[in-house]
This record gives sequence, C-alpha cells and structure tokens, in this order.
Amino acid sequence: MSKKDIVIVDYGLGNLFSIQRAIERVGGKSLISYNPEQIRSAEKLILPGVGAFEDGMRGLYEKGLVSTICEFANSGKPVLGICLGMQLLLSFSEEHGLHRGLDLIKGKVVRFKEPIPGGEQYKVPQIGWNSIVLPETLHQWKISGEAGRINCWENSILKDLGNKPFMYFLHSYIVSVDNSEQCLAITRYGLDEYCSVLRRDNIVGCQFHPELSGESGLAILRNFVL
Amino acid sequence: MHSIRVISKLDIKGPNVVKGLCFDGYRVLGVPEKFAEMYYKDGADELFFQDVVASLYQRNNLLEIVKRTAENTFIPLTVAGGIRSIEDVREILRAGADKVAINTAAIENPNLLREASKIFGSQCIVSSIEAKRLDNGKYEAWVDYGRQPTGVDVLNWAKRVVDLGVGEIFLSSVDKDGTGEGFDLDLIYLVASSVPVPVIACSGAGKKDDFVQAVKTGLADAVSAASMFHYKYAEPVDTLNMSYNEKELRMGEQIDSGNIEFIRDGYGDSSEIFVNPASIGEVKELMRDEEIFVRV
Repeated sequence: MSKKDIVIVDYGLGNLFSIQRAIERVGGKSLISYNPEQIRSAEKLILPGVGAFEDGMRGLYEKGLVSTICEFANSGKPVLGICLGMQLLLSFSEEHGLHRGLDLIKGKVVRFKEPIPGGEQYKVPQIGWNSIVLPETLHQWKISGEAGRINCWENSILKDLGNKPFMYFLHSYIVSVDNSEQCLAITRYGLDEYCSVLRRDNIVGCQFHPELSGESGLAILRNFVL
Repeated sequence: MHSIRVISKLDIKGPNVVKGLCFDGYRVLGVPEKFAEMYYKDGADELFFQDVVASLYQRNNLLEIVKRTAENTFIPLTVAGGIRSIEDVREILRAGADKVAINTAAIENPNLLREASKIFGSQCIVSSIEAKRLDNGKYEAWVDYGRQPTGVDVLNWAKRVVDLGVGEIFLSSVDKDGTGEGFDLDLIYLVASSVPVPVIACSGAGKKDDFVQAVKTGLADAVSAASMFHYKYAEPVDTLNMSYNEKELRMGEQIDSGNIEFIRDGYGDSSEIFVNPASIGEVKELMRDEEIFVRV
C-alpha cells in the first residue's frame, strides 16, 4: 500500500467521491479511509461531512478515530474540515441537544437565527451561493496605514481567490469561534454574520463545500494540496 | 441577503439531452455532458438532470452520464426520474450526484422521503412536485413526469414533505412546462411562501424577465429553465462569437436513434421554439440589474 498524500476520512457521512474528484482535478492524490494507520501516515487530512453533528461525532467514535484525528492535528500536519467536518473541530454543538466536539478549535456550533416576522424573510438551511469576506477584526490587526494594508489571505488557503469570492453553502448551523483571530473569513446570511473559514495554524475549516464551489472552490483545494 | 440560484435543467432520454414536443415525443438536442460543462463554465449555479423515461433499462446510461458530468463540473448536481428506493438513491449519489429529487415514488410511499432523509441527510433529498391548476384555483399533484394525476393537493403535500425531512422542493407546472409562456407565479408564491425550505421554480421560462418575476412575485429561492438555455447554447454553428458551438456539442458519439431532425437540419424553423433563448450570463445580468442578488 503506497502512501497517498491526502487521506479523506470516511466516518460514514459525506459524499467523499466528489471531494476526491476535486482533489484529483487540482493535482492531488487522495485515499478515502477510516483506517487509523493510513490516517496517521498521511501528509494531510480532510475531514468531510454532511448531516447532523451528533451523527458525525458518533461516526468518529464508532470508528475509533477521535484520538487519531486529534493527534494528527496536534502533530502540525495540515487538516481541512469541510462543512460538518469543520463544525466537528469545535468544542461543542447545540444541534439537537448539547454535544461535545473534537475541541481542536475553541468555540461552539449554533443554529442560524430564525427570520423575524415583518423582517427579511429567508430559508433555513441556507442552500446556495454566498460570498466570503475578510473580517474587519483581521483587517484592523494588519493595518499599518493605508499603503501598508496587507492581504491577510495571502499566506492562507484563501490565497489568490480575489475579492469576496462566492462559495456554495448548505447548512443550518454555524460556527462561533472564541478567538476572533482564528476566523479567516466571514459570511452574512439572514440575521447572522458568521465565520465561514476558520484557521488555527495547521488546522483549517470551510463551512461551505469547496468541491461544489466551481473554480473558486477548486482554487482553495489547490492551495491545500500544494 | 441570500443569492438566488440559476439552475439549468436537462431532460435526459437514453444518452441524449432532449426537449419534449407537445404530444409528439422528444427532440434530441445533443450530448448531456457537453451541455453540462458549457453551463458550468457560463456560471450555472447548479445542474438538474431529469430522466424523462425513467425505466430500469435506461439506468446505466443515466449513471454513466452522471459520472462523466461529475468528473468535469464542480457545482451541485441533482438527479430526478425513476428514483424508487433507498438503493436507487445510494446508486445515484455514488455515481456522482449531490442530491436526488423524488416525485412518483414519494407520493406512492411518503415514508421513502423520511427514510432517505434520515439515511443520506436532508440536504441530499429534494421533493419534486409537479402541479396542475384546478378550476377552484388549487393545484393537484401529478406524477410520472406529467402523465398521471393523483388527487393530492399540492400545498398539503408540500407541507407534508417538509415534515418528512426533505431539504428543498423542486416545483414544476404541468400546465406551463415547455410552453415558454412564463412561470405560474401563483403556484410558486403559494408554495414558496408556505414552506420553510427553499423552493426551486421550474416550467415555463420564455424570456429573461420571467426569472425576475419568479423571484420578485413568486418568491422563488432558485429558478430553473431548460429550453431557454438549450436553444441558446445549441444554436447553429454559423453564428458569430459563439465558441461553444462545436459539432461535438450536438452530435458526439452517443446520439442514438431518436428524433434528430432538429440538430441534423440546423435547428429547424425558429417557429418551433417557444422561447427567447438566452445564456445563463445574460439572465444573471438582468437579474442583477433588477437588484436580485446572484452569484457572479
């Protein structure tokens, strides 16, 4: 069994093949696996997932992957969480009760606010395209005068994406990160402004589906692969 | 602020993209994967494949088309037509679809929607509803791709499928489909304003402004069209500035027998087309001008 660069964790949820196809499209090699040894020896890890938080964590526990993934993340090797996979990185979720996550990123998962009668009407889940933007907090941190403004996305998975790129979202729950420095991009939907891309060192999470977000999404995956 | 999706719908019969001719079979327009790729490149937000024959014998054709499409397009793909069981759902998702839309089998056995939503997740399961207007202003659900009435009230059914766990509703009109007369805005509004899940409007788009009306008046969350896009992308090769008018778009290797007069004779007589063809880009441009938030 030759070592593949990227392992896509199969814990029972998510359309793994579309991620694999997209990785291949941008020049990466990936293996879909739930084998701890294969996961441990990967160079990079993708944690996919669609569905409920509770089911996601149960899937990870049942396959005995919780410690493997945490160790991988703590080793400094790149980890990318997608959609539910990103949410599982957090400390806990309020979806259908209170459920503990992997706690690799301090924060929580909460539901979108419901529309107010008489206000802007919108549907939950959010299904569709929305733009991701640089958060003001990061902007201010990096500012050293108008001329010295640095593009905070330059050394990240969001490199070369252009201004306010559109990504494909499909979710009812959003992430709230304790440390705003770990929020790399935000998105506005309904009454919420939430973290759509998070980052802590080697760990990155995308609330949207890069494998379904056209060329912009592929650009993100390319950055992850390279 | 949420963006409105523009979805290209492809009716598929065997290996071909087709368009129904009123009571007169189907006209072959070309190769599905090629059309899908063109739509992807021109900014389609999603793709919707409707298998119009939906017989067990044709299933392999469809799976192959889904697989090839998924390899070259990186936007959501929904597949509808003849999905009758959990195994069907699994097979189509595995081939590369992101969502499946179910109509006939769900009305016969609503529990299929509940089960499928539980196993695969609500985000994968779309309820496809075909509505025919009744004299009293209500709507009746039809099945088998516009062939059979059911006696089921559309609004009641729409609310029921939401309870059963579907993520979205794909709403088409038996009266308007293929006519190019515009959407049934009353129908769209009736459902879209009554359910908490997104509603995709389909059937009847004939000009760009119809998309605007579907959103502003009908409150659709997404708008879908077939003829308007197909006839634009499948225009004769001697039109200027259309780099996507290659022979392979229309003929390819897979065209089987079927009504190919239209493509062979260079798109026939324009009186046979009931729409004003437009590209996806042109439609989105108008929507933007009308202050509808769309992905650019």
